This record gives sequence, C-alpha cells and structure tokens, in this order.
Amino acid sequence: MYTVRSAKTLSENVFETWIEAPHVSRNAEAGQFLVLRIDEEGERIPLTISGVDGDLVRVIFMAVGTTTEKLAALKAGDTILDVVGPLGQPSEVHHFGSCVLVGGGVGIACLPIIAKALKASGNSVIGIIGARNKDLLILEDEMREACDELIVTTDDGSYGIKGFAAGPLKEICESRPPDAVWVIGPAIMMKVTSGVTKPFGIRTFVSLNPIMVDGTGMCGSCRVVVNGETKFACVDGPEFDAHLVDFDLLMNRQRFYHPEEKESREHHHSGGCGCGGNH
Amino acid sequence: MADRSAEARVKDFAEVDCGISAEEAVIEAARCLRCKKPACVDGCPVGIDIPGFLKYIEDEDFRSAIAIIKESNMLPAICGRVCPQEAQCEGECILGVKDKPIAIGALERFLADWEREQGVTAPAVSEKRKEKIAVVGSGPAGLTAAAELARNGFSVTIFEALHAAGGVLTYGIPEFRLPKKIVAAEIDEVKRLGVEIKTNHLVGRSVPVEELLSYDAVILATGAGLPGFMGISGENQIGVFSANEFLTRVNLMHANAFPEYDTPVKRGGNVVVIGGGNVAMDAARVARRMGAEVTLVYRRRQEDMPARLVEVHHAEEEGIRFLTCTNPTRILGEGTVTGVEVVSMDMCELDDSGRPSAKPIPGSEQIIPADIVIEAIGQSPNPLLIRMIEGLVREKKGNLKVDMDGRTTIPKIFAAGDVATGAATVILAMGAAKVAAESVRKMFDGE
Ligand SMILES: Cc1cc2nc3c(=O)[nH]c(=O)nc-3n(C[C@H](O)[C@H](O)[C@H](O)COP(=O)(O)OP(=O)(O)OC[C@H]3O[C@@H](n4cnc5c(N)ncnc54)[C@H](O)[C@@H]3O)c2cc1C
Ligand SMILES: Cc1cc2nc3c(=O)[nH]c(=O)nc-3n(C[C@H](O)[C@H](O)[C@H](O)COP(=O)(O)OP(=O)(O)OC[C@H]3O[C@@H](n4cnc5c(N)ncnc54)[C@H](O)[C@@H]3O)c2cc1C
Ligand code: SF4
Ligand code: SF4
Ligand code: FES
Repeated sequence: MYTVRSAKTLSENVFETWIEAPHVSRNAEAGQFLVLRIDEEGERIPLTISGVDGDLVRVIFMAVGTTTEKLAALKAGDTILDVVGPLGQPSEVHHFGSCVLVGGGVGIACLPIIAKALKASGNSVIGIIGARNKDLLILEDEMREACDELIVTTDDGSYGIKGFAAGPLKEICESRPPDAVWVIGPAIMMKVTSGVTKPFGIRTFVSLNPIMVDGTGMCGSCRVVVNGETKFACVDGPEFDAHLVDFDLLMNRQRFYHPEEKESREHHHSGGCGCGGNH
Repeated sequence: MADRSAEARVKDFAEVDCGISAEEAVIEAARCLRCKKPACVDGCPVGIDIPGFLKYIEDEDFRSAIAIIKESNMLPAICGRVCPQEAQCEGECILGVKDKPIAIGALERFLADWEREQGVTAPAVSEKRKEKIAVVGSGPAGLTAAAELARNGFSVTIFEALHAAGGVLTYGIPEFRLPKKIVAAEIDEVKRLGVEIKTNHLVGRSVPVEELLSYDAVILATGAGLPGFMGISGENQIGVFSANEFLTRVNLMHANAFPEYDTPVKRGGNVVVIGGGNVAMDAARVARRMGAEVTLVYRRRQEDMPARLVEVHHAEEEGIRFLTCTNPTRILGEGTVTGVEVVSMDMCELDDSGRPSAKPIPGSEQIIPADIVIEAIGQSPNPLLIRMIEGLVREKKGNLKVDMDGRTTIPKIFAAGDVATGAATVILAMGAAKVAAESVRKMFDGE
C-alpha cells in the first residue's frame, strides 16, 4: 500500500498527486515513469515521474478514463495498492550546450525534472510550453524557475503567443539553433513539433506513450517502431530519437482498446452519478 | 481422474481436472511394483522417492506420504498439476511398457490437496544465521531457493517486479489448469518460513545493483519472460499479441471479468494462435473460454508439439482447430488484423532436437481470417537486470552461464530456473533452485 500525501487540481481535468513510494523516489531519474494500480480490480497504468521529494514522487495526469478518474478522486491519506518504478531509461542528460524543452498540454508535466537535470549538467535551457487556452496551462511558475527562458503559447491566444509551440521552436532553430531538443505531449503534437527540428539536423527526443501492462519488458504491449526496428518502449525508452519514430503506428496502437475503454467508463459511471459516462 | 466435460468447461475458468478421490488413490498406488531400481525416480528432476510415497498411500497414511514428497519438492500441488509427467516420472515407469504407468502426478496432487485441507505441517527451520540473501524473482525457482535457504536459517528477501508473487504460475498458467488459490497457498507456506517477499520491486531499477550486491549472496531467478516475435510483416497491428501479454491480461489482471476488472482484452472472433508448446495451448484455451473460434498453427506435426500431452488433448476436446505442418508468413490488415497468411511445411530429416525440420512448400500459401493473432513462439531471459551486472556472462540465447552448482561467473551470485536454462519447466526450475540454495549454504559453511 502506498499513501497519497497530497492531491490537488492544476487545471480543468489535470491533477497533481504526491505518493509516498521510497523505492521509486530514491532511485528516480529524469525521464523515467512508474506504473500504478489503484485497487484490486484496477488496471496497471504508466505515469511519468514528474517530481521527487524525499520519499515522495509526484505524478501529474489528465483524467481521461477509468483509472485516471479513480486516481483523481484520491485525497491525502488515501492509498494506492501498487506502485512500481522507476521504470524505463532515464533521459539522455549530459552537457549538450543549449537545449530547448517543448511541452504540450499534460506533457508539460515531464519537463521540470528534465530541465533541472540538464541545468545541473551545465546546459542552458529554454522552455516552450503550450496549451489550448490559458486555463489549461500547467506548471508555468515551476518551468519559469527551472529554465533560463520560458515561452508560453496558447492555441486561442488567450495567453502568451497565439498558436502552437512549433512556431517559437522554429524561430529558435533559425536564429540560435540549440544542440538538443525534447518534445513531449500528445503523439500528434510530438509528430508535428519534432518535425520542425528535422531539417536543422538537431538531436530531438520524444517520450512515447503506448499502452503498457507490466512496464518491465515481458509483454510487448508497448512495442513501437524506431528506425524500422521494433522496440519495447517500457525498457528501451520511453524516450527515443524523434526523427526515427513511426508516429502513425504509435497513434494506431493507442486506439487498440478504444471500444473497451468506453465500455469501462460507462460501467463505472452507471453507478449513480447519472452522468452516463460524460465526466 | 475425471475431467469436466468440454462443453461445460469452455464456458468458465474453473479447473478442468477434478482430481481423484482417496479410494481411487489407494487403488492406483497399490498397482506400483515397488521396483528395486525405480526408473520413475530417475525420471523426476528432483528425485522424489516415488515408490516410498506410493507405499504410504497404499497404507492410507497420507501424512507420511506427503512428508516424503516434501523432502524433495516444496510445491507438490503445483507440480502434480503441471509437470510434463509423460516425459518425466510417468514416462519412465516400468508399468508403462505394457500397460498404463502409475498416475504419479495425479497422486502427488491428491496428497498435496489432501494436506492443504487437513492443515499443513510446517517444516522445521534451522537456527537463525546472520547471512542475508536476496532472491530476485518469485517464480518457482525463486520460491524454492528462498524456502530452502530459510529452512537453513538464512534471512531471505525475495524481490518481485510484478504486484503479485508466483512468476509464470501467477501470470502465465491459467486458472483452469492451476487455480490461483493453490499458488497463493504454496506461496504462503514459503512466507511462513520467514521469507519476506517485496512485490513491486524491479531489481536494477527500484533496487539498484549496488544495493543488491550488498547482500551476502544473491540468487537470480528472473525467468525467461521476454517474448519473441516472428519478425513477419503486419505484427504490430491492433489485434496481435504476444502470448505473455494475452495471458497476463487475463490471468494476472482478470480481463476475462472486464468490466468488473478494469483491464481489457480483445475477446471472441477468430483467433489464430501460433506455436505448439504449453504457452500456445494456454493462450488458445483462454481465447476459447472468451468465446473465440480458435485455430492453432504449428509448423511441425502434432506429435512434435512440446506441450504436455494432456493439454494437447484438452485443447482438441475443447474445439481448438489444429493446423499442423503450417507456418505463418504474413499478418494481414490495414492497422487492424484481418487474417494470417500461412504456408504448408514439408517435414524433412530430423534436426538437433530430434524432430523433423520443417521447410516451406512453395505455392501452398493460404489465408486464414483472424481478428486476433497470438504469438507463442518462445521466450528468452529478460536482459534488463543481467545486463546491468558487470561480469555476468551470458550465452548465445541470452541465458546466464552457470556451472553444475548454480554459480554464475561472479562469486556470490547464483542463478536458477529459466534465466539459466532458457524457457523450460517448473520442476527443472525448482530442481536447479535447490542446487543453487545448497551451494549458497556450502559457501557460508566453508564446505
Ligand atoms: C511512459 C508513459 C508515461 C505517461 N505519463 C503520463 C503522464 O505523466 N500524465 C498523463 O496524464 N498520462 C501519462 N501517460 C498516459 C497514461 O498512461 C494514460 O492516460 C492512462 O493509462 C489512461 O488510463 P485510463 O484508465 O484513465 O484511461 P483509458 O480510458 O483506459 O484510456 C485513455 C487513453 O489512454 C491510453 N491508455 C489506456 N491504457 C493505457 C495503459 N495501460 N498504458 C498506456 N496508455 C494507456 C489509451 O490509448 C487511451 O487513448 C503516460 C503513458 C506512458 C506510456
Ligand atoms: C503460459 C505458460 C505455460 C507453462 N506451462 C507449463 C507447464 O504446464 N508445466 C511446466 O512444467 N512448465 C510450464 N511452463 C514453464 C514454466 O512456467 C517455467 O519454466 C517456470 O515458471 C520457470 O520458473 P522461474 O522461477 O525460472 O521463472 P518465472 O516463473 O518466469 O519467474 C520469474 C519472476 O521473476 C520476476 N522478475 C524478472 N526480472 C526481475 C527483476 N529484475 N526484478 C524483480 N523481479 C524480476 C518476474 O516478474 C517473474 O515473476 C509454462 C510457461 C508459460 C509461460
Ligand atoms: S515432481 Fe513432477 S516429475 Fe517429479 S514425481 Fe512429481 S510430477 Fe513427477
Ligand atoms: S517405476 Fe512405476 S512401478 Fe516401478 S516403482 Fe516407479 S511407479 Fe512403481
Ligand atoms: S509494457 Fe509490457 S513489455 Fe513494455
């Protein structure tokens, strides 16, 4: 049993939860994730480790389905049945020179820990964080503190620069090309945004989020294709060279259980809230 | 020795084989000739005194009978159910030459089940010693090594990456062959010896290698969990599973009870299972129980299948269609599986394994419609941890190099089970674990 130490809402549908899990927190490095299972009936789901404080680990997640909704309902003092981690390869952190970290939506959650690690290795770090609108933007203060410079974009222009994060990234690549770039967010955003750095030949990492079960390399559910080769994202990744990733395959495989995910939510929401599966 | 009818059992996950009664056990045991040089014992990888325990059954002294088994085998309820007896103890039984061999597995299972119902006698534990031993992995090898060491007074901690102990016994072999409450009961026995099992601990990640090496000795029992894929086109489409994933979703995560349990799996439809071993049979029969029409594609002949004989029969009875001497060449579909292209195979001269090698017959391609494809073509040791430990030597197939005593190439690190042999059997894993545990004891006793 692992205890939730604090839980709060960051924006509509995005939540921050600190969990006591010393075996994870003490060994975690930037770019790694954990797998949790909330209760006996629960599914194992992967979430990025987005912060560490002593024996506590932080996860930041969007409530998109059964498990993340259950997790969002947990308050300080509640417990989670299983937490395993840290899993996956850490981010490739060393002295590159200058780095740009781009985060889209809840993908921003992955960035502060990477930014801090890159800074500690002597890099200068520019952050670009984007959201659909001002209310959905998360971790702005934390990113401002972790980076040397922070650029904010919103799709609707309600805050910062209007448009996608790809815009400022392209400008930076043209005016002062960085040595390495990270792009983390929804698969389609990673595909499009990491395409920006390709003509410039800039080393670019993305963190892939295929469906996982064990997270330890024994099932192959998480397979992705990188440079024409099948890899298991949970042990070979989750970060890969963006310019070699088959994003279309990733997006297709993410749809594997769409009908069942819907059925699961309907099952859990038929219990009295009367929403018919709409929240 | 009664199996539930095929029509009834394909509708649920309850155990297929209902076991035998005490009366049947006594009659069966009485058939044994008590051979002076019992061939059956040579066939058992842990050398159980088989005529010895059969005699006690005949005398209806079940308590003494099970005590004999437990001298050599800590997990009899499991082995009685899953050992490939026809290739081991029963395969060697002299009665098998003219008639039926003694049903040693069924009798072993009977005793273990009897004892569990009557209350299990805890084995004696030696005086506590100061050495601390880490065991990595809680499959049959890890559990056996831990139990042996704990009985010898060592403090033992098992680290297990998954949320439940048992390894393949828990996530791989389905409920209808090996009920999970039996696995849990045998794990509880190991815990009663004072063994601590830390689940959710992936060694190499949650437990850094330096911390692992701070134990006085280490036994690696991490199994062979890395699933192989054929490497044919179309393999990464929706609907293609490794058997490990399919079985884990059902056995460990209870996807058969979705949506009561949150983990989904695809069900029903046309399922094609590729392979001919226990893993393939299990995947096929699980799919069948979830409403599918199942075709099992195997590249050699039915008699070459490495699965336990009885499971092949059970699969046939349950309506699994066998397509032998056939091999998949491509998985078809546009993002989601629609079929499998297969080619017929010509059986040629015997290969190293003593089975005929199979060669594709040009022009014999045909397409089998499929909504789900499950590949059960073999597993190899998961390299995650063993790659991180400097100095550990691995062999060609990725398994660890160990000597006759279970020693790896690093002094205080031992290994047992599938990680050392490659995918094998429960009882071989247990036998090797006993050897490794004994080597650890000898090391500290200066023998
Ligand atoms: C390495 C990794 C790190 C991740 N980090 C974060 C994070 O920090 N914050 C965050 O909000 N999300 C993260 N995700 C995605 C997160 O795991 C899914 O949102 C979550 O599993 C959804 O589960 P659900 O039951 O709530 O929803 P479902 O209704 O089950 O699924 C909703 C969506 O999540 C995906 N999904 C479902 N089950 C899984 C699974 N077992 N593994 C992976 N994806 C699944 C599906 O493709 C689907 O599109 C990460 C995924 C991976 C692989
Ligand atoms: C579906 C299936 C059916 C089978 N049927 C039969 C049968 O009928 N009869 C038979 O005799 N054999 C059968 N086998 C084979 C048999 O199960 C194995 O040979 C046996 O389980 C091997 O035991 P083990 O202890 O070496 O490994 P495993 O049972 O594989 O256990 C290894 C454990 O180590 C854990 N682990 C791995 N790496 C780490 C790490 N770094 N840190 C912490 N934990 C780790 C794994 O999670 C796992 O729980 C079957 C196998 C499968 C897959
Ligand atoms: S352990 Fe297996 S091989 Fe040995 S006697 Fe029992 S069933 Fe036979
Ligand atoms: S070989 Fe058969 S008959 Fe002989 S002792 Fe063993 S079980 Fe009995
Ligand atoms: S999640 Fe099972 S192998 Fe990656």
